Amino acid sequence: MLHIKELHASIDSKEILRGVNLDLNLGEVHAIMGPNGSGKSTLASVLIGRDGYDVSGSVTYEGQDLLALSPEERAAAGVFLAFQHPVEIPGVGNMYFMRTALNSLRRERGEEELDAVDFLALAQERMKLVEMDQTFMSRSVNEGFSGGEKKRNEILQMAILEPKLAILDETDSGLDIDALRVVANGVNALRNEGRAMLIITHHQRLLDYIVPDFVHVMAEGQIVRSGDKDLALELEKNGYTGLKPSSERSAQVGATV
Amino acid sequence: MTAVKVPVLAAGGVLADLNPRRDGRDLGWLAEARLTALEWVGKHGFPTRKDEDWKYTGLDPILAVPFEAAIAGSGARVTADLINTASVDLGGPRLVFVNGHFSAEFSRLTGLPAGAVVTTLASVLAASPDRLEPFFSHTPGEHHAFAAFNDVFAEDGAFIHLASGTTVDEPIQLVFFTDTEGVPLMSSPRSVMIADSDSRATIVETYAGINNDVYFTNAVTEVVLADSAQIDHFKIQNEAVTAFHLALLDVRQARNSRFSSRSVMLGSSIARHEVRVLLDGVEAEVSLDGIYLPQGEQLHDNTIFIDHAATNCTSHQLYKGVLDGRGHGVFNGQIMVRHGADGTDANQKNKNLILSDRAQVDTRPRLEIYTDDVKCTHGAAVGQMDDEALLYLRTRGIPLEEARGLLVYAFVQEMVDRIELEPLRASLETLVSTRFGTDAHRAQQ
Repeated sequence: MLHIKELHASIDSKEILRGVNLDLNLGEVHAIMGPNGSGKSTLASVLIGRDGYDVSGSVTYEGQDLLALSPEERAAAGVFLAFQHPVEIPGVGNMYFMRTALNSLRRERGEEELDAVDFLALAQERMKLVEMDQTFMSRSVNEGFSGGEKKRNEILQMAILEPKLAILDETDSGLDIDALRVVANGVNALRNEGRAMLIITHHQRLLDYIVPDFVHVMAEGQIVRSGDKDLALELEKNGYTGLKPSSERSAQVGATV
Repeated sequence: MTAVKVPVLAAGGVLADLNPRRDGRDLGWLAEARLTALEWVGKHGFPTRKDEDWKYTGLDPILAVPFEAAIAGSGARVTADLINTASVDLGGPRLVFVNGHFSAEFSRLTGLPAGAVVTTLASVLAASPDRLEPFFSHTPGEHHAFAAFNDVFAEDGAFIHLASGTTVDEPIQLVFFTDTEGVPLMSSPRSVMIADSDSRATIVETYAGINNDVYFTNAVTEVVLADSAQIDHFKIQNEAVTAFHLALLDVRQARNSRFSSRSVMLGSSIARHEVRVLLDGVEAEVSLDGIYLPQGEQLHDNTIFIDHAATNCTSHQLYKGVLDGRGHGVFNGQIMVRHGADGTDANQKNKNLILSDRAQVDTRPRLEIYTDDVKCTHGAAVGQMDDEALLYLRTRGIPLEEARGLLVYAFVQEMVDRIELEPLRASLETLVSTRFGTDAHRAQQ
């Protein structure tokens, strides 16, 4: 469903992605690991359409040129990012925000909008997945939320918006072990044949809870190794040292199924 | 650009040529007060941008219009529907003024407890004019020419007197509606509110008119609070965008009294809402909030002067502006803490959101403190739309324009939510959110 070919991205003339190649199919969970500064989060940013990057190469998503779409069009097409640092939006109620978002997507897809009552029922059901109570919904979006609450709120949005491609950017960062378990349970519950996930993480820890089908290692703006879940364990043992991109190798890596 | 030269005698463009239509009805003291005020204007002229307090607000467009003074009985196009659209009916006492003059047809004066007098300035001038002498002789002409000009022309407005211990539960609505019928009009409403000790009331002033009408509202509202009195005041300025609106809200507070005022500025080409508060008795409290939303070519000026003249008084100010198009906002707020006003607690905050690179805001929070034992804070901020928040909303599928509207609304929503008076809050929510193109029913539930 997602084909990334020779993706380059630079910001302020500094090249961060230097030829990323990656293929994802529906139902697959891919993890991208790599040291800080390797370009993992930039890849997520480029995929959801953040401004400010000079991008070349191609990203095809369900046959469409993803890079040509605005962020909201990508969302309507089913792309979702759980942010590493979810932004606080004082004055916008969490419930209202999520209903507006869902109804925007439904409108775009020609589906009927949900009224407040129906939405509340849906939200209450999905909140159970991430063990959130309703007080979160009456607060402003992420305002005053703890790190763990923010991440749970991201997964709640994913549960409500039901994307086809979910990108999770450092969702484990800043979480204690209990919060990590809650978030991971939420993600696992949303794992299904109709959805692909791209999990970006610095640590192997999250992958103990969300077991990926494929693991890719990113370094200096390229994917330098790909493998199955054992690759994550190997990295845990040996670290990222010694992983450098080489042009021959990066041309052929990437998960192909 | 040089200012328009005004005739020496008139000292204020054609506006100063406007003569009061007086025909000897005024009593001696009133005739004298009006003459004194007119002479003051003649001598000092109207303010220019060289005046500190008018630095950001040019008045040439107002001074250049050949206005006529509005007369009673004019405004043939006004209907009950127009009034109700301009000002949501809160169900309580409601005084409607058309072109500055009371209209019995659209007004309702029921539901008032004994001890509350709610009537018109004109009727008090006719029946017991001496009650007004302290107000007209308290000429705000010492502040600026427009208040003095109101002294000269004022004939009508609201007169409210709450006797000691009186509580009016229902909000008292004052609606000032202008219909020029094609002739540029100046109206000079003058309202007086006297709250005796331990009395309490809520007052809502709304100013509106008919689009494309050119008119000038030059309003003065005076509020005097005796010991432990409490007035909650709201002001909605939603004049036609072709109109001018200059208003002075002058408040004097005695011991332990409480005054709050929430202002919403939406309309007018040039609008200024000036609030002057004298905290003259110990432990008096004042709280002023305002939002101003200039867009197009609008100018919205908030000028505030809070005078802490007694010990242990508290003042709060929170003003928020959203500037779009070529809109221009001004926040010019001064807090004065007099010698001996120990225990003063004063804070002042002004926040602005600029949506267009051609919009402008001038913010000038000022503190002048002449005593040591005070707690004063002030701050001003000017910012643009939070790009990260905008991206966040868009990645959830919310289209760009709607996302912008949502964020702008979020910026001012805190102010709208402070208006606890329903259905006024709901009507303002609709007005404000419509302006930013968002869904009015944000539903915090």
